[in-house]
Amino acid sequence: MSSDKPRQEIYDSTAPSTDTREARMGAGPDDRFNSKLREAFGASPFILTKFDQFMNWVRGNSMFMLQFGIACCSIEMIHTYAIKHDLDRFGAGVPRASPRQADVMIVPGTIVSKFGPRMKRVYDQMPEPKFVVGMGSCTISGGPFQEGYNVVKGAEEIIPVDIHVPGCPPRPEALIYGVAKLQERIRNGETSPVVVKPYELEQFGDLPKDELIQKLADDIDEEDLVMRYNWADSP
Amino acid sequence: MSTELERNQQEIGVEVTEDELEALIGDRALRRDDHLNAPGFVIRPDDVQDVLFDLRDEAGFDHLSCLTAQQYEDRYESIYHMKKYADPTQEVSIVVPTSVDNPVSQSAEPVFRTADWHEREAFDLVGIDYEGHPDPRRILLPETWQGHPLSKDYDQEQPQVVTLAEHANPIQPDHHDEESDTMFLNIGPHHPATHGVLHVKTVLDGETVVDIDPDIGYLHRCEEQMCQQGTYRHQIMPYPDRWDYVSAGLLNEWAYARTAEDLADIEVPEYAQIIRTMGAELCRIASHFLALGTFCLDVYGDFNAVFQYSFRDREVVQDILEDLTGQRLMFNYFRLGGVAWDLPEPRDEFIEKTRDFLDELPAKISEYNDLVTGNEIFQVRCNNTGVLDPDLAKSYGCTGPVARASGIDYDLRRDDPYGYYENLEWDVITRQGCDNYARVLCRMEEVEESAKIIEQCLDLLEDWPEDDREIQANVPRTLKPDPDTEIYRAVEGAKGELGIYIRSDGTDKPARFKIRSPCFHNLSSLGEISEGDFIPDLIASLGSLDIVLGEVDR
Repeated sequence: MSSDKPRQEIYDSTAPSTDTREARMGAGPDDRFNSKLREAFGASPFILTKFDQFMNWVRGNSMFMLQFGIACCSIEMIHTYAIKHDLDRFGAGVPRASPRQADVMIVPGTIVSKFGPRMKRVYDQMPEPKFVVGMGSCTISGGPFQEGYNVVKGAEEIIPVDIHVPGCPPRPEALIYGVAKLQERIRNGETSPVVVKPYELEQFGDLPKDELIQKLADDIDEEDLVMRYNWADSP
Repeated sequence: MSTELERNQQEIGVEVTEDELEALIGDRALRRDDHLNAPGFVIRPDDVQDVLFDLRDEAGFDHLSCLTAQQYEDRYESIYHMKKYADPTQEVSIVVPTSVDNPVSQSAEPVFRTADWHEREAFDLVGIDYEGHPDPRRILLPETWQGHPLSKDYDQEQPQVVTLAEHANPIQPDHHDEESDTMFLNIGPHHPATHGVLHVKTVLDGETVVDIDPDIGYLHRCEEQMCQQGTYRHQIMPYPDRWDYVSAGLLNEWAYARTAEDLADIEVPEYAQIIRTMGAELCRIASHFLALGTFCLDVYGDFNAVFQYSFRDREVVQDILEDLTGQRLMFNYFRLGGVAWDLPEPRDEFIEKTRDFLDELPAKISEYNDLVTGNEIFQVRCNNTGVLDPDLAKSYGCTGPVARASGIDYDLRRDDPYGYYENLEWDVITRQGCDNYARVLCRMEEVEESAKIIEQCLDLLEDWPEDDREIQANVPRTLKPDPDTEIYRAVEGAKGELGIYIRSDGTDKPARFKIRSPCFHNLSSLGEISEGDFIPDLIASLGSLDIVLGEVDR
């Protein structure tokens, strides 16, 4: 409003000028905001956006984390949730104990062979859309335990990971940064490509019948879900 | 069980000389195989129970501290490291060799309940069979695993198949047993109440726990293998931080430092010992705060006030430790022969900051007492649940606050002194309650004792002459202890007796590195203390045992 003259309504009344539809349908410089929508909504405030963008914005700002700890990183993860760092400030601090209510999984620690199938199952139980933050070196490559006979060489061998937070363990600040980055990506509607062919849960009967499978045939039921680790192919 | 453990009380604590031991074991000893820490006797595989019964009942060795299994070129060997609860400096090692072709040894389970899990682990990782073992299954690795990873001929590249069947969904098929009308329930492995990734297979009768089977190994990340691949001087020290990762890093590092220093005969400067003592006690405080916070989480419910308070206080301790070591959680601060660096400059500021924390501590403790231990509901909830009888605790090899809350006066800081503890004024806390409440109280009182120790260390550090601040002994760059030296040493970690066995073969890497984890033993008593209780009490008992899965599974 570039006019030097005071607006008329200031003299006329002290009531808010937006309280009626007529008042919102301004004349002069204000009429550029007039539209069919304004006519329809009247005095109610509204914003225009794309539905997809809106959903992404909502998703990014209201993330329910899956509450589960694996190893050392979970201690720093708890510190991230607790006071001082308080992840909730960023709209991402409501841990849910059930995977069915969660949309982000922070993988806080080393994944070993026995836990792999279990984590896959928990991930599968989460509703779409779901996101994964890999916390710490172990979820990147196996970290300090990479050479271990029992250690899966990174969470990506089992589930797709959106954000990797390096560190052993990462500080709470680093995890917050990782989560903020994830929110940014979600808001922008970006997804992460899956670059590794992960280990799958398969029925035992579907595995190729090699020496090992024949040896185990007596112990494992055909229909049991199993995960087969080919350690020789690991990075 | 208690009748089985009844023994002549006068004999406990009475020093047993080596001659008396030799006489006691007599012809059953094939030869001697002394370790640096204890006399060792080699016996035949079918004499195990016989000898251990005699040692326990006649000589008072009531603590089977550790069982190490290993493979040599020509034989397998199980070593039973025995101690006395009354005096842990009295030790004896029983060495049981078995042949490579037929590694069968008699089980020690009838003598010590703790041998149950130990022998399962030895079978799992090394491949020795224990005859007469009540439950010869794998413990850390999945049932379908091929081979024994710490044996000589293990091929790490071979594929493995792991099933999901052992985590059967309890609701899907009908688990109601028709005859007794019980229900099977899986707790864990990803449930937050299990403090990590523990899987408890529970059988319920209504709300009462009838039978539980802790299924561990979801965090078995090959710590022993990692340590066997590292060189003594620098490559092993980062790993102990990751065993008990609840801020107890320095306590764990001390376990390795103490063992390796005794093995290589390294003298640590007094000044460094004071810094170590102070750092270790700060870690103990941080660790006990977490134990308290998570216990309240288990008992009260979701992220509550007590939990947030305890994490607020942990942050303060972690800040101090970060100033001292440079890291919040994985300190890697100890070096063989000392510590990495001196107190941070400006010293006064660091000392003042730590003093401030100690000054505020009593107010915080009384706040906790108002909130938690003085709370009537909490008392009703925790009194007389999870009762651990002292004799049982000994049989299961329980140590640390779990044992001390059952009235067992056992603390390695006093009984087997190391560091600077023997020069300081402090008390060992014991309580007679034996229940969840006693364990919580015991930890809270230990926090106060730790504060006393830190206070005295700070006084000493403040007045220490500036030209005498030696933080590191002179240690050779490549450490090669004499071949075929064996040692087992333990320190008082946050959870109890944390021991390490090292056998050197003359190279710069250990030939066998075995970790004796206090949580492993404490957890093995879970079935005993929670069967017959209600299921919420099972969760409370699990919380009060204060386990860390990184240390249970290693």
